[in-house]
Order: sequence, then structure tokens, then C-alpha cells
Amino acid sequence: MEQLISEFSFGLFFWQVAIFILLVFLLKKMAWKPILNAVNEREEGIKNALEEAENARKEMQNLNADNERILKEARAQRDTLLKEAREMKEGIIAEAKGEAQIQANKVVEQAQATIQAEKNAAISDIKNQVAELSIGIAEKVVRGELSDKNKQIKLVEEMLKEVTIS
Amino acid sequence: MYRINIIKTLSLLFLVMTISVNAQHETTQKVHEENSDSTVDLRAEIKADIKHHLLDSHEFTLFHSKETGAGFTIPLPIILWDGGLQVFSSSKFHHGEEIAENNGNYYKLHHSKIYKTNADGALNLDEHHHPTNAKPFDLSITKSVVGILIIAIFMLWLFSSLAKSYAKNNGIATGMGRFFEPLVLFIRDEIAIPNIGEKHYKRYMNYLLTIFFFIWFINLLGLTPLGVNVTGNIAVTFALAILTYLITTFTAKKTYWKHIFWMPGIPWPMKIILAPIELFGTFIKPFSLMIRLYANMLAGHTVLMSILALIFIFKSWIGGPLSFGLAFVLSILELLVAVLQAYIFTMLSALYFGSAAEEHEDH
Repeated sequence: MEQLISEFSFGLFFWQVAIFILLVFLLKKMAWKPILNAVNEREEGIKNALEEAENARKEMQNLNADNERILKEARAQRDTLLKEAREMKEGIIAEAKGEAQIQANKVVEQAQATIQAEKNAAISDIKNQVAELSIGIAEKVVRGELSDKNKQIKLVEEMLKEVTIS
Repeated sequence: MYRINIIKTLSLLFLVMTISVNAQHETTQKVHEENSDSTVDLRAEIKADIKHHLLDSHEFTLFHSKETGAGFTIPLPIILWDGGLQVFSSSKFHHGEEIAENNGNYYKLHHSKIYKTNADGALNLDEHHHPTNAKPFDLSITKSVVGILIIAIFMLWLFSSLAKSYAKNNGIATGMGRFFEPLVLFIRDEIAIPNIGEKHYKRYMNYLLTIFFFIWFINLLGLTPLGVNVTGNIAVTFALAILTYLITTFTAKKTYWKHIFWMPGIPWPMKIILAPIELFGTFIKPFSLMIRLYANMLAGHTVLMSILALIFIFKSWIGGPLSFGLAFVLSILELLVAVLQAYIFTMLSALYFGSAAEEHEDH
């Protein structure tokens, strides 16, 4: 210890402190600050770049998810549209069918009515003709019958008979 | 990293070789001169050499021969405050052999310290062989200060060019930045944030980064052939520790002081007993920082040099390579210790800052 104290040189101590403090300040200005700043900046840059990449990845994922959702929605919409179209088609067809049926029925009914009317007319015509024919025949018959007296009497009798029966 | 390690290992090898070659030459000469008690002399000389190396010096000696006096020494400026500023070159001391005269004052070097003397250069030693002469206030640019300056300038150049390379390449490090950026991030993510917390760590980052690289580089400088033992000097580690202490104390929040003077959650007599202990603890913490770094670096240098010195004591074909190999392995270990001590100092500083910056009450 005594030797240490006797070896202690104040001049060396003074120069060491002075030079070292000066060195710290000079290096702070000339070296450490720029070096640490450059390193920090670089590290910040790397960190930011990584963060940005991560964000981009997330955004990409979101976009993909969106795309899928939109696609799904579009598909669903298409399906409903198709379904509606099919229903509409079927409705139209059914309606058309019904209308056609009604129309057809009407035509048939009209035809039937016409046929009936024609038939009635024909029947009454035939009836008239039959009556005329009958009258003609009856006239001829009556004429022939009435040419003979016996036959006249017989006829009258028969007629009378009929009358009584009926 | 691999390449840098290779370069460091090579420079270590160079250190080991230069020292051994120089000393080998020196000792063989000596052995021829006096054969009888050469081993005792050699041991004493080695001890003195190691001690001299571990101490700070007023001149920067690259190599020097004691016999011829030849060598290569860079004189450094001596700055003294002795009734006025005294500035002169350390070459006036002639490696401590002569008395330096400046403006009518006389100075003498004794064990790397400057004492004021008269014109004869007489030192009055007390019973512990400590001079009692007056010591002028010594602010000299010593070898260690040169080391500190070299590392400071190197760090300024290195890290400001690193900062510029970020600006040039859109925030991406190139070249050396590839090596140093992970270290900067390690200090931020593994030392500062876990110990101080996400909220406050930023204000301490400048200090933590500077102290980590400073201690590491200056430890490595001590392992180069220059052999500047800066962190093995108590004044340097004291300066670093006191900075940590001051920052801890002056950035401390209410919670920190409350935990020292009035520890919550325990009975009041215990609080009174704990308060001085805790207060003492605040000084012990930086003190341990100071001693740990100092002792580790000092021990590393001492052991490394002692093992190298074994070459000259054994003087055999077995002992030489053996101690060389041992020194080589130890140098590699010292490389690890250099970074480990820097890490521990930074880590513990961060831990103390963390306790100072803590705000929440969770006890």
C-alpha cells in the first residue's frame, strides 16, 4: 500500500483524467453518436420493414377472405336467381296451360252449343218434312182408300175404334 | 478477427525476440567480465530492470545498452510547477545520471521521480531510502502519457472514420466497421441495457464505449514491443475508477441514496448499522475496479518479463526455448486478459451506473 502511494504520480493522473474526458467528449461527437444513430436507424428500418411485411400479409389475407366471401355471395345470388327464374317459368307455363284449357273448354262448349242448335234445327226440319211426307202419304192413302165405299166405312170404324181406345 | 490476431501474435513474437536478442548480447558480455558472482548480479539486475519497466518514465527508451550507453531514446518534455512553469526536455537528465538545470533550479531523477536539489545534486535519504527533498508538482508528458495520447489519437481516428463509413454507405459498416460494430453492439446490448435498463442506458453509452476500447487498446499497447505499461500504473486506474465513481454519484437518483442511507424493508436498528457500511461500499466498489485492473496488468507484465529473464539465468539449450515457449503462451493469455479486463471494468461500471439510475421501488 505504501509502495502504491509512493508510486502514485499526480501528473499521470492529471493527464489521464484530462485526456480521457476530452476523448469521451470528442468521441461522443465524432463517433459514438453517428455510429449509434446509424445502427439504431438501421434497426428501426429493419423492424419497420418486418412490420410492414406482416401488415401486407394480413391485408392480403383479408383481401382473400373478402374475395371468397364475395364469390360465395355471388354464387348464392346466382342460385336464387336461377331458382326464381325456374319458378317463374313454371308459373308462366302453368298459367298458360290453364288459360289454354279454359279457351279450349269454351271452344268445345260453343261447338257443342252450335252442334246442338244445328241438330235441333235439323230435327225440326226433318220433323216438318216427315209431317209433310206423312200428310202427302196420308192424302194419297186417303184418296186411295176413299175411292172404295167399303174401305171408307172400314176406315171410319177403325178410327172410331182408336178414338174409343185412346 | 483472424487476421488481426495473426498480426498481434506476430508483433508479440517480435517483442519476445527483440528483448531476448538484446539481453542475450548484454549478458554474455557481462559473463565474460566477472564469472564469480555473476548470477547474483544478474538476478538483481533483472529485478531492477523489471521494476524499471513497470514504472513510468520521463523518456521513451526503445533500446539501450548499459555498458556502452548506446541506444535509441526519445526525450520527452518535462513540465514542472515550481514557483512558475518549468518546461525543459528530459534529455537534460541524461537517463537520470545528471542533474537538470532550468531557470536556476536543479532537479534530479530518483526512481522515476523528480526531486529538487541544489547544484551538487545531493539527495537526503531517510531510513527507508526515500528522498526527503522537495518534489515539484510534476505534469510532465511521461512515457505513459505518450501511450495514452497515442491511444486517444488512434481511437479518434479509428472511430471517426468508422462513423464516416456509416454515412457513406447508408448506415452499413464496411471494412473495420465489420469488426468493431459487433463490439459496439455487444457493449450496448450485453453490458449497458441489461445492467442500466432500456430507459437510462443512453446517457452512459459514451463513457462505457470509450472506457472499454480505451482500456482494451492501451492493454494491447502494453503487449507491443514498445512495452508501455500504462494500465499497470496505479495513477491511471485510479483516474478511470474515480471517473466511474463520480459519474455514479452525480447521476444517482433518489432510490440509490435511499438504499444507502435508509435501506427499505429492514428494521430500523439494522438501517443505522447498514448506512455506514453501504456508504463505505460506494468507495470500495471503484477501489476494487482500480486495484483489479492495476494488479492484473502489473502481474501480467511481471510474470511475462520474469519468464523471459529465465532465459538469461538458465543459459542452456533447454531452458531458453522452454521459457521462450512459456512466454509465448503467456503472451497469448495476456491478449485475452487485455480484453477481459476491459470487459470487466466496463461491465462493473455499467452495473454501478445501473444501481445509480434505478428509479422504481420494488422492495
